[in-house]
Amino acid sequence: MTAEQTKKTFALKGIGVSPGVVIGRAYRFDPLDSQISFYKLKESSSIPKEIQRFKKSLKDSEIQLLEVQANLKKTRVTEPLYIIDVHILILKDKKFSNRTIKYIRRLGINAEWAVRLTLDHYKQIFEGLGDAYIRDRISDVQYVGQRILRNLTGEKREIVLEIGGEVIVIAPDLSPADTAQMKMDKVIGFATDIGGRTSHTAIVSRAMELPAVAGLGNITQLVKTGDELIVDGISGMVIVNPYPEMIKRYEEKKLHFSAANDEYMKYAKLPAVTTDDYLVQIGGNIEFVEEIPSAITHGAEYIGLYRTEFIYISRHDLPTEEDHFNNYCQVASAKDLLWSTIRTFDLGGDKLTPDQKHVKELNPQMGLRAIRFCLKETELFKTQMRAIWRASAVGKVKILFPMIASMEEIREAKKLLEEARKELLEQGVKIAPKMEVGAMIEVPAAVEIADILAREVDFFSIGTNDLTQYALAIDRANERLTYLYEPLHPAILRLIKRVVDAAHKAKIRVAMCGEMAGDPLYALILLGMELDELSMNHLAIPRIKRIIRESSIKESKVLLEKALTFSTASEVRAYVQDYMMGRFPNEFEKEEEQNCS
Amino acid sequence: MEIRTLKLENKLGMHARAAAAFVKVAQQFKAEIYLEHKGQTANGKSILGILTLACPKGGMLTIKADGIDALKAIEALEILIENKFGED
Repeated sequence: MTAEQTKKTFALKGIGVSPGVVIGRAYRFDPLDSQISFYKLKESSSIPKEIQRFKKSLKDSEIQLLEVQANLKKTRVTEPLYIIDVHILILKDKKFSNRTIKYIRRLGINAEWAVRLTLDHYKQIFEGLGDAYIRDRISDVQYVGQRILRNLTGEKREIVLEIGGEVIVIAPDLSPADTAQMKMDKVIGFATDIGGRTSHTAIVSRAMELPAVAGLGNITQLVKTGDELIVDGISGMVIVNPYPEMIKRYEEKKLHFSAANDEYMKYAKLPAVTTDDYLVQIGGNIEFVEEIPSAITHGAEYIGLYRTEFIYISRHDLPTEEDHFNNYCQVASAKDLLWSTIRTFDLGGDKLTPDQKHVKELNPQMGLRAIRFCLKETELFKTQMRAIWRASAVGKVKILFPMIASMEEIREAKKLLEEARKELLEQGVKIAPKMEVGAMIEVPAAVEIADILAREVDFFSIGTNDLTQYALAIDRANERLTYLYEPLHPAILRLIKRVVDAAHKAKIRVAMCGEMAGDPLYALILLGMELDELSMNHLAIPRIKRIIRESSIKESKVLLEKALTFSTASEVRAYVQDYMMGRFPNEFEKEEEQNCS
Repeated sequence: MEIRTLKLENKLGMHARAAAAFVKVAQQFKAEIYLEHKGQTANGKSILGILTLACPKGGMLTIKADGIDALKAIEALEILIENKFGED
């Protein structure tokens, strides 16, 4: 665990070619054409022998491909079959073989070299084609070429993956022939250097319903076998060496993805309004700007939580104001979003400069992180705030400070924010006249003083994950304690209720952006609390909207009131589950099955 | 020599699957077969040649067949194209 944590976390951007989320270990699939020797033939008398050698390699390749095709026919994948036909036809293409033979004869070079020249020739021709799909077919020619080369060099056939456990395959690109020879039941996802939506990796992964991201550039050089990865085929992001909180978040996304279906999508664009006309605004949480399109299609009305950590993490130096600004501009300018709430840096300094010596904290969750860290590193903090101010000129943004536990912290943060604003104005930089400021309510102390904090800010956003862990004194990273993590604990419900009441008394808006907001089971409980906004993993939005649209605020308040009368978490849970199952039988039957499996 | 000019009506034009189907049929005949699109000619038995013509949906293709079974060949290829290569 400690060795894992010291590994550098970073993210790579590619093209999501097969949707879904997978978390697992990388397996580096070796490129095929290593160690090929190119040489001139010593005497012209060996030319016929060289041509024979080339022809034999064509025949060998054909036999292998027919074998692959026969094997594929036995599996449920039907899609790539014709691609293997195409490969065989390329092998037998006289234009291809005659050109290669001509090179051997005229240039007196070995077959490997001649094949390489033929491949280069076709590469040039295909690159000049206007049709993207047909241009991509150069990859077919290259696969065939690589297979011929492998047979010429006398290398062994591809090694079937012999690895323990499930893996995410990392490769420059893959052919169906490659995947056909893998133990596919061990493969849970793909990430490749090249390729697009029409590449073989894309076709195969969609057929197998495995998440895949292609076009990552150089993932094969950055990732080693055994590295932990998150592959998000929805946004096209691959996260290498994710830290535990991220893994939890993506496990959640994975669950939402498997629960989501087309049936729900018709609720995506509808407002979350109850049968008795109570409107809740529904937002999406994002980590990368690449997630915005999917958030919008799933019905996010605004971005309720833009986690900004990755602007810092995916690099070796500190991000500049421009780096921040480029990211914030993308959220601020996204059409169809009412506003975007940018949450300032929420990690510890150890995530910034892993090479530097830093104090190893015994309990990083309660350590020098988030607002505490930012208030010590004011220059770093102001760089981020300046960029947020600048984005406010592009579109509506709000700023949200994490882990606020005292008035001093919120005042100090606001003071720096004001300094940043004045600096920008002095420099003549265009910014919005005003920006809403929010405090994350995730430390129990903040709940206690919510009425006072409310005087300093324009809105609250309740982070239930941390609030639960701090209130119940449970380290979320400690798996031996997961059984104690219970958002329906009477204490948690009371804490949330108090925050909402304090906010409304002070006439400010209150949102929830924790995991709890996206769980259908809690939808009515939260509705009963009268939260103004719920921001969640965007995949969960259609389901939540559907439940809200079919409920009333009246029944939700009754449910909440009753739930608050129980003295134990298990009683609350039993009651809420029972109610929700009776109310939405289709929705929660599935959930039970999932829990059982 | 038999010559026919046809419009390519299948969804993706002369993409890999269609080209493969064409070559498979063409190879069944002894006749020399050529395909023309926008002034470029490709050997009808060469999948690489056909692909690099990059004939899109709605594009005009001229098939030429020369040899003892030219008529049979051109009729078979015509049917294939008219049936949109057996795609949906």
